[in-house]
Amino acid sequence: MSSLSGFSALLAGLSFAGGRNAKLKLIADWLVATPDPDRGWGLAALTGGLDLPGVKPALIRALIEERVDPLLFRLSYDYVGDLAETVSLLWEPRRGDEAPGLADVVERLGRLSRGDGPAVLAGLLDRLDESGRYALLKLATGNLRAGAGARLARLGFAQAFGLAVDDVEELWHGISPPYAELFRWAEGKSDRPDLSTRPLFHPFMLAHALEAPEELDVAAYSAEWKWDGIRAMAVRVAGEARLYSRDGNDISRMFPEVTSALCADAVLDGELLVRGDGAVGSFNALQQRLGRKTVSAAMLEQFPVFLRCYDLLFDGCEDVRQLPLMERRARLADVVRGMDPAWFDLSPDLEAGSLQALAALRAAPPDPAIEGLMLKRRDSAYVAGRRAGLWYKWKRDAMTADCVLMYAQRGHGKRSSFYSDFTFGAWAADGALLPVGKAYFGFTDAELKWLDQWVRTHTTNRFGPVREVEKALVLEVAFDSIAASTRHKSGLAMRFPRIARIRTDKPAAQADTVEGLRRQAG
Amino acid sequence: MAPDVADWLTVSPQGLYLPTADAWIDPARPMARAIITHGHSDHARGGHGEVLATAETLAIMAERYGAQPGGRPLAHGEAVNLGGVRVSLHPAGHVLGSAQVRLERDGAVVVVSGDYKRSADPTCAPFEPVPCDIFVTEATFALPVFRHPPAEAEVARALAVLAANPERCLLIGAYALGKAQRVVALLRAAGHDAPVYLHGAMLKLMALYQQLGVELGDLRPAAGMPAEALRGHVVMAPPSALADRWSRRLPDPITAMASGWMRVRARARQRGAELPLVISDHADWDELTATVLELRPKALWVTHGREDALVHWCSMHQITARALHLVGREDEAE
Repeated sequence: MSSLSGFSALLAGLSFAGGRNAKLKLIADWLVATPDPDRGWGLAALTGGLDLPGVKPALIRALIEERVDPLLFRLSYDYVGDLAETVSLLWEPRRGDEAPGLADVVERLGRLSRGDGPAVLAGLLDRLDESGRYALLKLATGNLRAGAGARLARLGFAQAFGLAVDDVEELWHGISPPYAELFRWAEGKSDRPDLSTRPLFHPFMLAHALEAPEELDVAAYSAEWKWDGIRAMAVRVAGEARLYSRDGNDISRMFPEVTSALCADAVLDGELLVRGDGAVGSFNALQQRLGRKTVSAAMLEQFPVFLRCYDLLFDGCEDVRQLPLMERRARLADVVRGMDPAWFDLSPDLEAGSLQALAALRAAPPDPAIEGLMLKRRDSAYVAGRRAGLWYKWKRDAMTADCVLMYAQRGHGKRSSFYSDFTFGAWAADGALLPVGKAYFGFTDAELKWLDQWVRTHTTNRFGPVREVEKALVLEVAFDSIAASTRHKSGLAMRFPRIARIRTDKPAAQADTVEGLRRQAG
Repeated sequence: MAPDVADWLTVSPQGLYLPTADAWIDPARPMARAIITHGHSDHARGGHGEVLATAETLAIMAERYGAQPGGRPLAHGEAVNLGGVRVSLHPAGHVLGSAQVRLERDGAVVVVSGDYKRSADPTCAPFEPVPCDIFVTEATFALPVFRHPPAEAEVARALAVLAANPERCLLIGAYALGKAQRVVALLRAAGHDAPVYLHGAMLKLMALYQQLGVELGDLRPAAGMPAEALRGHVVMAPPSALADRWSRRLPDPITAMASGWMRVRARARQRGAELPLVISDHADWDELTATVLELRPKALWVTHGREDALVHWCSMHQITARALHLVGREDEAE
């Protein structure tokens, strides 16, 4: 099938399919049935590998407001909760030309310029049906969220051609869309591509949350601090260095000082942290460095970043991933010793012979940038993804605060039409309620329905999609940490706030104070 | 200018009230006298003294709430005088027995449409446009994103999926009054003659429709059927049963949901529908706006739903409109 309709049918199927296996089958069937290069572009779109200039939402709004009354559009968007879907439903095509194919669409979007963007997009929309328009707009805005993550799409690819997914993962980051050589190899038409001479990303090994500490065989695990930074992989092959983020994005230019300080061929797994006074700075400080395409000298000076290393994947050009963890750690210590300690250091092994000792360490970490413990099986090989029994994270218990609900906003995606984004506050000394955070998860579906109903019946004011509510509902909010910030009027910001409980039993006047929370921020 | 009817028709959050007749239209609480547009539970409640409605609506209410001793059947077009107001009922095309209420006094005419649709429905009489000064409309799907495709095409799509998966069964979630019967009638019209299996909560109303002369073919209870025997068949259940333990007995069901809300992907996902079917018993945006343009009332009153959008559209077309903000109307169950 060469038109976009096959791909849009896949997207619709993925968004409604019940289980993982059903989704895998949809992806696999589509990859087998669809010719090159369409299937490669589709796979890139599903895995987030499609690098298009990106049509701004403002352009799409402008297009639709030429055809639909702006207020009717806004009310529709507020209800549907998704721009691409709203526009795909509202658009009334004017011509009946043949629908464009996926590769055709990708190619046109790829060379879209600011001047011709609106005309080209309108022309494409006019040639598509509702689901085709949805697919087009999702591609154009670079926001597919297809109900299948990148990993699931690669699993679907492996399943389609009877390959081992690890094998696919290993090659994945070295081949670009539309992955012609990958499909040739998958179909047995060529040899496995050789990528050993390029500085590629290797999929990270991940940890499960430790659910039952008392069942842990403590002697078999080594312990480290769990650092609250950004997971990163430093790669140098044949003198060429790169830094990759957790999802394989190249972040070398965001952190040039770390990338250029990598002075030996190796692949290191570690945590990017910012230096603060004395030890490690806060995650807020690190955030100043995120998302910037270029870094000024002042930023480098003010927020110096380094990589705290905890694992070694390649030693020189030798793949050491199959060695047991403790052997890799010993080699890692040697590699890091040869590097400048300003940019690279070693995450230390912790001494703890018993669960009680581990619990004591977890309860009282020496640094605020520590969010718990990592427990790694001493004999574990470095394997991609999350594997049962090998690595565990044992986070500190969350902190909690009783806050008062102030505003609610309608959610997006599967929460569209529900009030699901909640801004809550704490009492200031003068009796005013000041916002301290915003949470949109933590509650069950039943609690969400209840909250939605509560918001609708206690609204005191409306600002577009936001409702102000009576200051009467107490929410127990759990969060990982709290720090000074200018984001909210209270001067505080929580990390990972979530609604732990709805406290209908507690009068709003008894909720926490800003002063009390500030003390927790330390 | 719309005539002033405040002397004989008042609006409060509890509903529309005729003071000279002491009669409420679709009241949310038991009242001495009620005029009921149709049998859905957010319009028809039990416990009223006197109940004016079509014979079909009264039969549905009797099925749901027990005998209605105060029931006073009124045929479509038949008029009665209540406290000086001429009251008559006219088909609304929503579900079996559904009616618009026409009210006339001193030459002024108000039509309270209840819920309605304009598209064809083999299980009930079609909507009849009744000229009026004030038209009281619902606004359940009053956003231009809601454009219901032909229901026949949606049913054909569902049957095609079942034909492609004969080892599975097609489980269709549909509101037990109106929607479920319409879907069965559409299945029959599409040539699906095999037995349709029913969740227990659907049996009585299906039987009532058949008694009232609606052809629905071979209907059987799903209870007690071995999963094997349901392969390749259609099973109907109320929406709440789709994700319930009840559906575990079925052979790998293709879970479909028939509702106008299925037009929005997120709503379909909230319902857990693998096969969303956009089939609605409410007017979509085009039907709502076309009906207003056809009737050209001097004023439009909007009862429940997305009233902001419809009121705004009316202002664009120089039609006076106001939202009534009634309580107790549930459009979610559609």
